[in-house]
Amino acid sequence: MFDFPEFFSFPLGDWINITVDWLTLEWAPFFDVITIAIREPLVSLEHFLWWLPWWAVIVILAAVAWRFAGRRIALFTVCGMLFIGVMGLWDETMTTLAIIVTSVAVSVLVGIPLGILAAKSDRVEAVARPFLDGMQTMPSFVYLIPAVFFFGLGKVPAVVATFIYAVPPCIRLTNLGIRQVSSEVVEAGKAFGSTGLQLLFKIQLPLARPTIMAGVNQTIMMALAMVVIASMIGASGLGLEVLRGIQRLDVGQGFLAGISIVIVAILIDRVSQALGRTRETGLRRGG
Amino acid sequence: MPITRKKSKVSNRSEVEEEAKVLCQNLWKIFGPDPQQVLSNIDDGATKQEVLEETGHVIAVKDVSFEVYENEIFVIMGLSGSGKSTLVRCINRLIEPTSGMVLIDGVDIAQMNNAELRQLRRHKLSMVFQNFGLLPHRSVLDNVVFGLELRREKRKERQKKAARAIEMVGLKGWEKSRIYELSGGMQQRVGLARSLAVDSEIILMDEPFSALDPLIRRQMQDEFINLRSVVKKTVIFITHDLIEALKLGDRIAIMKDGEIVQIGTPEEIVSQPADDYVSEFVRDVPRGKVVLAESIMEKPAVLISSDQNPEVVIEELKAKRAAVAFVIDADGKLEGIVTKEQAMAAAQKRLTSIEGVAQREFPSTSPDTTVEQVLPLVAEGNVPVAVLDEEKRLLGVVTRLALIHAMYAGNETNDANE
Repeated sequence: MFDFPEFFSFPLGDWINITVDWLTLEWAPFFDVITIAIREPLVSLEHFLWWLPWWAVIVILAAVAWRFAGRRIALFTVCGMLFIGVMGLWDETMTTLAIIVTSVAVSVLVGIPLGILAAKSDRVEAVARPFLDGMQTMPSFVYLIPAVFFFGLGKVPAVVATFIYAVPPCIRLTNLGIRQVSSEVVEAGKAFGSTGLQLLFKIQLPLARPTIMAGVNQTIMMALAMVVIASMIGASGLGLEVLRGIQRLDVGQGFLAGISIVIVAILIDRVSQALGRTRETGLRRGG
Repeated sequence: MPITRKKSKVSNRSEVEEEAKVLCQNLWKIFGPDPQQVLSNIDDGATKQEVLEETGHVIAVKDVSFEVYENEIFVIMGLSGSGKSTLVRCINRLIEPTSGMVLIDGVDIAQMNNAELRQLRRHKLSMVFQNFGLLPHRSVLDNVVFGLELRREKRKERQKKAARAIEMVGLKGWEKSRIYELSGGMQQRVGLARSLAVDSEIILMDEPFSALDPLIRRQMQDEFINLRSVVKKTVIFITHDLIEALKLGDRIAIMKDGEIVQIGTPEEIVSQPADDYVSEFVRDVPRGKVVLAESIMEKPAVLISSDQNPEVVIEELKAKRAAVAFVIDADGKLEGIVTKEQAMAAAQKRLTSIEGVAQREFPSTSPDTTVEQVLPLVAEGNVPVAVLDEEKRLLGVVTRLALIHAMYAGNETNDANE
């Protein structure tokens, strides 16, 4: 009487499990391709970062920071990276960097085209919106399970789970940025006879760039947040150090790894934000 | 049926039949979910407001027809919401008309596929926008080359054409500047240069000067007039400013609620408004700037040849109550004028013809001079001002009375002269 009638309940969970089993079995070659496409660049990048002398990494990062974000961020980069090295977390940090760079690259490569599609078609936008909402609000742990089923343990499922979690802002803000481009400028493009691609590359994308970069920046931040969680499915790096700290109740170790993540986060955030701003500052004044 | 007009602005003698450069015929644009349905059921008498309330559709352009001829500035004037911006966008199909025809050089643009339409926009039509529509991430030069870039012209060619256009609008030396560094007036010069660079035959201008300060606006209007004497283009110019329309337009179409209520030359609009709406508009217009000498000139009362006897001239002047006789030759060319006093002096000297006393210096003007410019001539001398064509033939005279009428009277001004 007071309980929910049993004959109303569907074994939906079972169905999902059956579907996942079927996919794992029948779609194995498909997932293998994706696995290779992600693993190869990821591992190469990780090895490259390990191979580079520590000072070279610092010089490169500081130079990039200086070029785009100014002297203060460059100085912060040098100090922060030296701190990480002193703490003995250098290799883990390089692994984390490799995972983040790969996840963000995949997110951008998939997210921006999807964002463009959504901007060009109201129908695509209407269909995509609930999915994006779902992807962002779903607890990030949930992505770990199917990721493990389809891609096994390790860094590849970590990248996949990170991608799913981090791609929505990239799609959303690309869509928004293109839709916000002044209709008169778009009309000007059409009035002078641009093709769809010319309109996109000469007008819409350049003018939407600040907004798109804000989306990329958010994607990066979400990817960083996912790094710790993804360590639960075997992704090594700073996240794993945090996880170990929790498991062994080693507050110090966890804390140091945490600070390292914060340093990397600040560094990437400032530089990627500056990238979106560089040429746009004047645009605001133009009004 | 070819659409032609008789070109008869100044001299009626050279009637040239000319094909319309742009022709709009029975053009409709209705916004809403089912415009075709609304269009087929429309009641001729229904107003825009009624249709909106009954069907939820907005009639932006209602059965509009007009022609624009080569090298003409055709101004479409109307207040906001009159559909003028929608109308101009139907001409390059930035907005698809609901029904009706737009012919450009006799070709129906509704039938064009995307590629043809693109070619048309790249080569034949260019556009200038109210808020400039410039690319803020590009420099002045890179904005001006935009249209040429879309056409995939060679870099060298592009730079050359753009440099020429930039010079024409007076922006030389600013090529490298960023758009946001420029004032509004200069930004619109960039917009103008962009449309000149592609060297299209037709330029659509959607309220190009409306976003500018009044002083800058006037300056831009003057420069635009100067520019037009250098580069011949067919211009369709949208504005909400009647003074601007009168100043720039060869012909003006006045729009209200999606309909054209009157098409005419500035003078026709001011002196013969088609309805109360137009009269209300033109009420405060300084008429002297618009009305031309040819439309207030009268037939000279006394016309004589130079071998006329002074006695006869005096008789005729008395009979017509005129003060001055005009001396013309066999071709109708004006040789001089004779006042009553001069004729009487000749009679006293017992001369047989007035040839010796006729005044060779007299005030004269051309038929397309505005009344305002004729005013000082009339004010200075005591004689009517002669209106002469290019061959010095006498077309008519402007009297003091006619001038006062033209400047201060209302719509009835022209009755006396028609």
